[in-house]
Amino acid sequence: MNNPYLPYPVRIESIVTETEDRNLRTIKLLFLNPEDEEKFKYIPGQFAELSVAGLGEIPIGIASSPTEKGFLKFTVNKVGKVSSHIHNMQPGDIMGVRGPLGNWYPWDLLEGKNIVIIGGGFAFTTLRSSIVYMLDPRNRSRFGEISVVYGARFPGLLLFKEELAAWEQRDDIKMHITVDSTDDPNWKYNVGFVPAVTKQKAPDSENSYAIICGPPIMIKFTLPVLTELGFPPERIISSLEMRMKCGIGICGRCNLGTEYVCKDGPVFTLEQLSRLPNEY
Amino acid sequence: MREVYITKEKFPDVVGKLMNQHRVFGPVFQGQYHEFAELKASDEIDLTYQNTRLSPKGLFHPHSERMFQFSLAKGDPEAGIVKEAPKDYSSRLILGMRPCDAMAFRLDDVNFDTTTIKDPWWTRRRATTAIVGLGCNQPCRSCFCTSVGTGPFDPSGLDALLTDVGDGFILQAITEKGQELLDGISDGGPVPAAATEKATQLRKSAEAQFVTQFDPKALAEKDMLELFNASFWDEVQFSCINCGTCTFLCPTCWCFDIQDEVCEDQGDRIRIWDSCMFPLFTVHGSGHNPRSQKLQRVRQRFMHKLKYYQDKYHDGVACVGCGRCVKYCPVNIDIREVARLMTATCVCPA
Amino acid sequence: MRAYTERIQEAARRLLTDNLVDVVIGFRKGTVPFMNEPFLAKNLDHVRQLYWDGNCGINLANYLAKRTDRVAIVAKGCDSRNIIVHLLEYQIKREQLYILGAPCHGMIDRRRMLASLDGKDPTHAEEKDGAITVAGQDFQVTLDRQEYLQENCSICIHRNPVIFDELLAEPVPEQQDVDRYPDVRQVEAMSPEQRWEYFENLISTCIRCYACRNACPLCFCPTCFVDESRPQWVGKSIDPTDTRTFHFLRAYHVAGRCTDCGACERACPVGIKMRQFTKKMEKDIKELYGYEAGVLPDQRPPLDTYRPDDQAPFIK
Ligand SMILES: Cc1cc2nc3c(=O)[nH]c(=O)nc-3n(C[C@H](O)[C@H](O)[C@H](O)COP(=O)(O)OP(=O)(O)OC[C@H]3O[C@@H](n4cnc5c(N)ncnc54)[C@H](O)[C@@H]3O)c2cc1C
Ligand code: SF4
Ligand code: SF4
Ligand code: SF4
Ligand code: SF4
Ligand code: FES
Repeated sequence: MNNPYLPYPVRIESIVTETEDRNLRTIKLLFLNPEDEEKFKYIPGQFAELSVAGLGEIPIGIASSPTEKGFLKFTVNKVGKVSSHIHNMQPGDIMGVRGPLGNWYPWDLLEGKNIVIIGGGFAFTTLRSSIVYMLDPRNRSRFGEISVVYGARFPGLLLFKEELAAWEQRDDIKMHITVDSTDDPNWKYNVGFVPAVTKQKAPDSENSYAIICGPPIMIKFTLPVLTELGFPPERIISSLEMRMKCGIGICGRCNLGTEYVCKDGPVFTLEQLSRLPNEY
Repeated sequence: MREVYITKEKFPDVVGKLMNQHRVFGPVFQGQYHEFAELKASDEIDLTYQNTRLSPKGLFHPHSERMFQFSLAKGDPEAGIVKEAPKDYSSRLILGMRPCDAMAFRLDDVNFDTTTIKDPWWTRRRATTAIVGLGCNQPCRSCFCTSVGTGPFDPSGLDALLTDVGDGFILQAITEKGQELLDGISDGGPVPAAATEKATQLRKSAEAQFVTQFDPKALAEKDMLELFNASFWDEVQFSCINCGTCTFLCPTCWCFDIQDEVCEDQGDRIRIWDSCMFPLFTVHGSGHNPRSQKLQRVRQRFMHKLKYYQDKYHDGVACVGCGRCVKYCPVNIDIREVARLMTATCVCPA
Repeated sequence: MRAYTERIQEAARRLLTDNLVDVVIGFRKGTVPFMNEPFLAKNLDHVRQLYWDGNCGINLANYLAKRTDRVAIVAKGCDSRNIIVHLLEYQIKREQLYILGAPCHGMIDRRRMLASLDGKDPTHAEEKDGAITVAGQDFQVTLDRQEYLQENCSICIHRNPVIFDELLAEPVPEQQDVDRYPDVRQVEAMSPEQRWEYFENLISTCIRCYACRNACPLCFCPTCFVDESRPQWVGKSIDPTDTRTFHFLRAYHVAGRCTDCGACERACPVGIKMRQFTKKMEKDIKELYGYEAGVLPDQRPPLDTYRPDDQAPFIK
């Protein structure tokens, strides 16, 4: 059995600054040993540990989709020791990736259902993975209507702008991009907070699932809206963030009641969360 | 042959011969207290000890362990690639471990050795180590093994068991590994009937010394969130200084941190014991800390040991009653008291 | 000792009833011999649990830092000195405090007591007239209390609280002609190599749990230097360099503030005598500045004051 703590060596192919405040960068990684890509089979919603020798590892959601072959993408927020270092790395630099880790969005349950994706801030990464995955021609027909509510404080903080624009053009996905405020006269999307936009635009809760990821404050105010719209807790799905180290359910750090968030999560339904201590 | 009798006279010889075949570890008196250490001489082992200050978990899960190594040297084509570090997995024998401590490893196995993920260092060490236990003729007052499903002569975690019957030891094989060990011992003889009788007596008198402290099953039946929200945590937590002693000394506390350390252009990725009692344990990079309050951390330790573990694995609590935390918590937070609070019939919400 | 317990309960009841304080910090009886538990009495019902004997060695000042309510606290000589340090370092305000001064007879060293019993497990212990009677299954011994004091208590020269609102008993006679530093002088006399070896041995079994730090009332920094990650000053393993760094820095950080209360040694799970570091600091501060920590409520520790006209020769 492979050593589950040993990262696969990867090379940075490119680094793209996503946001105006330069706090979010997307790195594209290539496996040094092509056979490692085979071993790294992932499903949207999972995460990985990015490893920088000499500094340590950080858990980051996988932003690329398994339908995109040959590379992995991660969008990293500049926070502390490791994430800041990654921001300063250059194409060609060597680092490591360990994973895939954790569970994923319940794609088998979602089959045949309408899906509304609600995201805010940098948590949009695994949601990007999920959208690309669902829109893939081999997958699109497996799902019903797909709507996306995605919010940022102002336009400069939106991630994946080109892709957002491309999705806007399609008729098999309903995009509702919103910002808290803007003074850009050319802004053609919504202005308003995510909960309010959700209330207006979310599909009928009948036969629908909601996936919601973002800052705690956004989640706190959006959940009542979803409940009001008739989404039962078992059809509201979220992804938790916890401080993590091993990522494989051994080091004990991310323990929440009977669960290890890194292994049994990070994806939980609201119904599952209601049975766990509220300590996240 | 399932058991042999070894006189105390011959015992050092037996240990000496075992030392030729394995790396042998045993309780050794070091300055102020006993600690498990690799024996350098066969007479170093002291089986008159009560228990070691630190649990023997370090033999399988050391305080600081190098997991990987790497180079950061300029021009090194392998620079930045994290690699396995060499380790000694030659056969080990641990002599004289208390049955409770050995049982603790069984409880830890469910964490380190699962069907999907196996901790390579833990599992290799477990596979290459045989454990010979030493029955407790005279349990400590702070121990409560019988309350948590083990006991002073419990063979469950052992490959073989030693019973000190005065002039000699009875050595019983429990597993295949233990039997192999016995087969290799030529200095033993058949167990005299008197010794067998003495052993039975000792076991009875040891077990009789325990009073049941609390009932883990009653805890299993409690509602998790009701316990979590109970009001008594406020009183339990006041005196705690978050020193981590209870978790560092405990044989069943396995939590660890992973850190990289670099010296010049060479580095190691190491794992180090960590503790849910430390505020840093859960702090996010953003500064948000889901367990920023002492109450939350104290509650986590007890809930994890006595409730979460039990609900997750349905196999008792994550405590073997060794009593170390009871004895060495500097402010006398006593897990037996806390367990009693947790099992009390009415758990009133805060 | 029963007298102290009664006085503490009486005072606590009075202070809570008259709404002069919100809580009372004291001890309650421990669950194992030679141990008591720091306890927060919030109401009259709790008051009955307040307790006192020779096993109250934990420094209660540790529970005061940054409290915002009105607190009555039982304070031995050393606790009271650490309260003064807290006041000087703005960890609590005098108006918030009602100090129940406990003239102290010295606290019992639990480790030494247990070691002397040679593996026998005590079930009961009772203090009376300077003697301790310890009993267990098939044994009973009576020991001279004085012989089993914590080491810092046997050389203590401030047994009476230096600051208080009421005293729980008549002041005790202070110990006279105490030589506080024979061990420090011994280390001072060593060659640098011997000294290095001495301290290496002293801390060789440290498991970096930081119980010593956490038991100390002086260690109230929001983020301790050992926990800082950017920059990371100290490694986290038990590499001797890191363990050394921790102990040296800790000692320097409490220089001129340490009251030699012994809480650190009492808390250490592996019995490390880290007062060997802090006592040297204490001796130097006394010799260089004539200062004793936590004795005068209006005199700041020498290492946290600055005067441009400082005469000290090392400021150049
Ligand atoms: C499942 C999951 C998915 C995630 N996905 C993403 C994602 O897609 N994109 C993203 O940007 N982020 C993501 N995160 C968050 C990301 O993991 C953290 O932001 C990251 O770990 C921060 O690491 P760092 O080394 O940069 O910061 P650190 O330096 O570890 O932490 C910053 C601060 O935390 C404190 N701290 C942390 N460790 C220590 C220590 N050892 N000692 C003292 N203080 C310490 C300090 O105050 C420090 O300044 C995810 C997290 C999880 C759990
Ligand atoms: S919790 Fe305490 S008594 Fe139980 S195994 Fe751990 S140290 Fe021993
Ligand atoms: S040993 Fe006691 S004081 Fe220290 S963390 Fe554990 S419960 Fe708290
Ligand atoms: S360093 Fe030790 S003796 Fe000095 S004040 Fe702190 S706990 Fe007391
Ligand atoms: S309490 Fe003892 S073992 Fe823990 S860090 Fe301090 S000296 Fe080391
Ligand atoms: S991060 Fe180690 S158990 Fe979850």
